[in-house]
Amino acid sequence: MAVGAMDSRATITPIQVSEGYWRGVARRLSRDPVAMVALAIIVALVLMAVFAPYLAPGDPIKGSMLRRLKPIGTPGYPLGADELGRDMLSRLIYGARLSLFMGVTPVLAAFALGSALGIFAGYVGGAINTAIMRTIDVFYAFPSVLLAVALSGALGAGLTNALVSLTIVFIPPITRVAESVTTQVRNRDYVEAARASGAHGFTIVRVHVLGNVLSPIFVYATSLISVSMILASGLSFLGLGVRPPEPEWGLMLNTLRTAIYVSPLVAALPGVMIFITSISFNLFSDGLRTAMDVRT
Amino acid sequence: MNDAAPMIDIRDLTVTFTGGRKPVHAVNGVTLSVQRGEVVALLGESGSGKSVTLRSLLNMHPKHRSRLNGSVIAAGQDVLKLSGRALADYRGRVASMIFQEPLLALDPVYTVGAQIVEAIRRHEKATLAVAQARALALLQKVRIPSPERRLQAFPHEMSGGMRQRAMIALALACNPQILLADEPTTALDATVQIQILLLLRELQRELGLTVILVTHDIGVAVEVADRVAVMYAGRIVETGPVREIIRNPRHPYTQGLLASRAHDAMSGARLDAIPGAPPDLAALPPGCAFAPRCRFSAAACLAEAPGSVAVGPQHSARCLRLAELAAA
Repeated sequence: MAVGAMDSRATITPIQVSEGYWRGVARRLSRDPVAMVALAIIVALVLMAVFAPYLAPGDPIKGSMLRRLKPIGTPGYPLGADELGRDMLSRLIYGARLSLFMGVTPVLAAFALGSALGIFAGYVGGAINTAIMRTIDVFYAFPSVLLAVALSGALGAGLTNALVSLTIVFIPPITRVAESVTTQVRNRDYVEAARASGAHGFTIVRVHVLGNVLSPIFVYATSLISVSMILASGLSFLGLGVRPPEPEWGLMLNTLRTAIYVSPLVAALPGVMIFITSISFNLFSDGLRTAMDVRT
Repeated sequence: MNDAAPMIDIRDLTVTFTGGRKPVHAVNGVTLSVQRGEVVALLGESGSGKSVTLRSLLNMHPKHRSRLNGSVIAAGQDVLKLSGRALADYRGRVASMIFQEPLLALDPVYTVGAQIVEAIRRHEKATLAVAQARALALLQKVRIPSPERRLQAFPHEMSGGMRQRAMIALALACNPQILLADEPTTALDATVQIQILLLLRELQRELGLTVILVTHDIGVAVEVADRVAVMYAGRIVETGPVREIIRNPRHPYTQGLLASRAHDAMSGARLDAIPGAPPDLAALPPGCAFAPRCRFSAAACLAEAPGSVAVGPQHSARCLRLAELAAA
């Protein structure tokens, strides 16, 4: 019989390992030019931050009264100098360290906490869900900028407190996304099918719920990185985040604003960096969403 | 367990859903026993309690929103009393289920192979390689073309018929004795339906499976079942061998169902539909639930629910006027 013949062949044929979900995502992502350009910019920014001491032509902290507000293109100061005569190029390169750190860290922390909370609420359902989600809703009463400023103001100025307050700001939206996708997934037939074939509650959450829920949450979280960077810059601008003289793009924007009429191009540079970074994260997250959707 | 004991023995099963405002009596005293290796079709309209009965066999109803009474014994185990570890071991290994819409019942983010491997390793301590080899053998068994390649396919990359084959392979992953099929061909197109039914029957014979099949299509029941149980409003109104039911339906509801088939209707003639709609399961009448729609209903029909009356070998029906109607 044909089936029997195939059976005997099966024992000799080595079984190929399946491509796997992430391999497929990577393949689809690599075919998206916009996402790849955005990824290249992000990688370049990260490398710039890591190797800042080797890349920066000068000291980002040391100023010189003689070179205050030199325009772009001054010899030795390719991007000019700031209001204290510090080399702008060096400051922008060093600034990537804190700015990226403050953009990514709160989102990662909120991704971990918010997903856990949202998946738990969505999977358990009932009164526990209501209790968690209504508490989360309270945070929606405040605009995110106001919430970040209020929290950091209450906690006191400083880098750690700024990170904590940004994390708290991002937990509610991530929880909400996690809860809504989990609620949808929980009622799908394949979860029922897994239960019907003897999967335990924990296995269902780990395999079927996480597998289907993490990518939409992750995509949403990557789109928050740019928001986080802008909010972090805002906090620094208000003096609640990074303290001078540390180079950070938001803070640089703040200190240079006094010079905006004297040297507008130099004053705009930190804003340009924030813009490039946040748009790269946004475009990358768009590409990721498309690549992760296996159903299309 | 001796061979004489039925594989599945449902006694006086009632299922009431208490989640809503009014309790819904979905199943009202179903008694059904299925022998080892027998194929029984539960036939009925939507809301007749057939799927609910099927799900009770896996104890799938949410505890806090449903009330189950009676007993369900499958392969010697009291299913309704199982919980935790024992229930998880029972599901999939003793009895497993095929769902109506395979695209929804297969997890979209995992390949078919990965899902079968996971199901195998959930119940058995098999190495990855062994489980993968078994997954491949299963796909061959359900006759999926180029099974090596299909192991790595995502559900959305397969056709409807292929997906249902994969679903069957997944259900058979842990060599269950009982296969529960919830409208396994409803979501498929007509040409694929018959292939899936033939496959099911063949696998059932080869593996000696005990099958309960839920369907609203008499044609499907005729194709695969040995015996048919016709359900109405949460009760089995008539049960008997397929041939008996088709040739000699005794309950007016079964007669109505058979008459409403498009199978041998004249072109242009109106189909002989049963008038009215199924009763509200939250407010069942005290008497025969079918009486309000029945052509032959008498005053007595509205007073009390009829008991089951044997009308032939293995053939019984629940109707007060069986004798009168047979004479007429």
